[in-house]
Amino acid sequence: MPPPAGQRSGSNKRAELSLFAGYVLAGLGAALGALLLILSLWRPETLYGLRSMITDMASPIGHAGAASRVESRGFFEAIAGYYDAGSKNAELLREMQIARVGLAETRALEQENIRLRAVLGMARDDVRPVAIARLIGSTSSSARRIAYLGAGRSDGVSAGMPVTSPMGLVGRVLEAGSASSRVLLLTDSESIVPVRRATDDVVAFAEGRADGSLRLRLINLGVNPLKVGDVFVTSGAGGMFRPGIAVAMVTELTDDGAIGQLLSNPAATDVVIVEPIWQKPAVQMLEVIESEIPGSIDASEEAAEPAVSADSRQQDPAPTASPSNAPVEAAAE
Amino acid sequence: MMEQLNHQSRRDRFGSKINRDHSPILMFVVPWLSIMLGSLTPLLPIIAPAPILPPMGYLLLLSWRMLRPGSLPLWAGFPLGMFDDMFSGQPLGSGILLFSLTLIALDLLELRFPWRRFWQNWIIAALFMFAYLVVAALVSGARIELLHLTLLVPQLLLSLTMFPILMALANFLDWVRLLRVWRTS
Repeated sequence: MPPPAGQRSGSNKRAELSLFAGYVLAGLGAALGALLLILSLWRPETLYGLRSMITDMASPIGHAGAASRVESRGFFEAIAGYYDAGSKNAELLREMQIARVGLAETRALEQENIRLRAVLGMARDDVRPVAIARLIGSTSSSARRIAYLGAGRSDGVSAGMPVTSPMGLVGRVLEAGSASSRVLLLTDSESIVPVRRATDDVVAFAEGRADGSLRLRLINLGVNPLKVGDVFVTSGAGGMFRPGIAVAMVTELTDDGAIGQLLSNPAATDVVIVEPIWQKPAVQMLEVIESEIPGSIDASEEAAEPAVSADSRQQDPAPTASPSNAPVEAAAE
Repeated sequence: MMEQLNHQSRRDRFGSKINRDHSPILMFVVPWLSIMLGSLTPLLPIIAPAPILPPMGYLLLLSWRMLRPGSLPLWAGFPLGMFDDMFSGQPLGSGILLFSLTLIALDLLELRFPWRRFWQNWIIAALFMFAYLVVAALVSGARIELLHLTLLVPQLLLSLTMFPILMALANFLDWVRLLRVWRTS
């Protein structure tokens, strides 16, 4: 396409000036962008306020979309339900019989759990959810894996809180606006969660890989004890996530651990639960220590750092925290 | 007299020329609004496990700028990039920088190659998209491994196939932009 007439004028002084001004403005814009980029990579938290304000304003769009996603899926499922009703019925009956057995076993475990807790003199601490909300969108074109949540500070959500679904851990709140917040998903490469194998105390870190799976990096190196199909749950180390939330299942073994498939796929969850930070005083204390030691915290890692450094510095919280909670989880399963 | 010979003589593809003129509001608002709507794709109810969707805001910016060089001012990269940063998940500033640089580069390119065909536009857009995706991934603050770069390939291919469609969309929106709806006084 040819340039519009008058855009490239050699004789029109005014047109030439405005063209020059355009270049200057655009160059200034680019320079300002570069400055902002450096600032936001160096100190990510300085620009959170502006962004969460804008996201708050646009979140109604996402709400409508999320609702229609859930409704339309329900609609299609309802139609599909009519087709194989007979075979499904038989299958459900069989599953129920198996479930009954499972339930009986669980009851037994629960009894045992109560007895053991009584022996230890511990009170059962129920986790009360802070908020229940929908994931209204995600950064589907960026290399970062961040989702938008339809609940914010007005619902009691604050940065650092774990976000779970009935299937397991989804991520944690990165920044909270007044009516919406941003959630760092587990698959983001900046997300690191201390985990352990559900059956025993093989501890590892679950790091996000950008393609939707997790890398499970074992802490104690040696013979790789993992097998395909092992389930990993949060260990509670670092105090951010309560122990026993399902995280990933091993699908592939590597030299230093395994590649795991996310158990609670955020794409398949419509409603998620925001939980309070498990051991808030401990996390706050660690953050204070981090900020007092210059250079100990990488600025680009906002909240992942306390959880990790807690574990790498003092290895003891993991084993002490996990055995006491292992029966709970067995009961839950 | 003329109307009797040719019914279309007082009309063009934007409507009747009698007592109707282009709306200055539409002319100004449509390109901006469509690019901003493109930037809102992260709020679509798609929770992607990996970067899949093409950067719609950026692609629409490219198509508008290639189709109608005069429709966006040169400084539009700053506001549009900032709006894109609000939702894309990139650190604030990456969109501003990349959008601004794209507009400047396209302007210089236009100076050098004023006449282009569709294929040339597509190839140029492909180069810009490749550069955008790679640079955006590099500055996103994520740890970049080889895996990341392989993940960019499907996104790039999807962006490439998306581009002609978006070009057609921009063409249609351009028709909307220039519809004669305004009463000439």
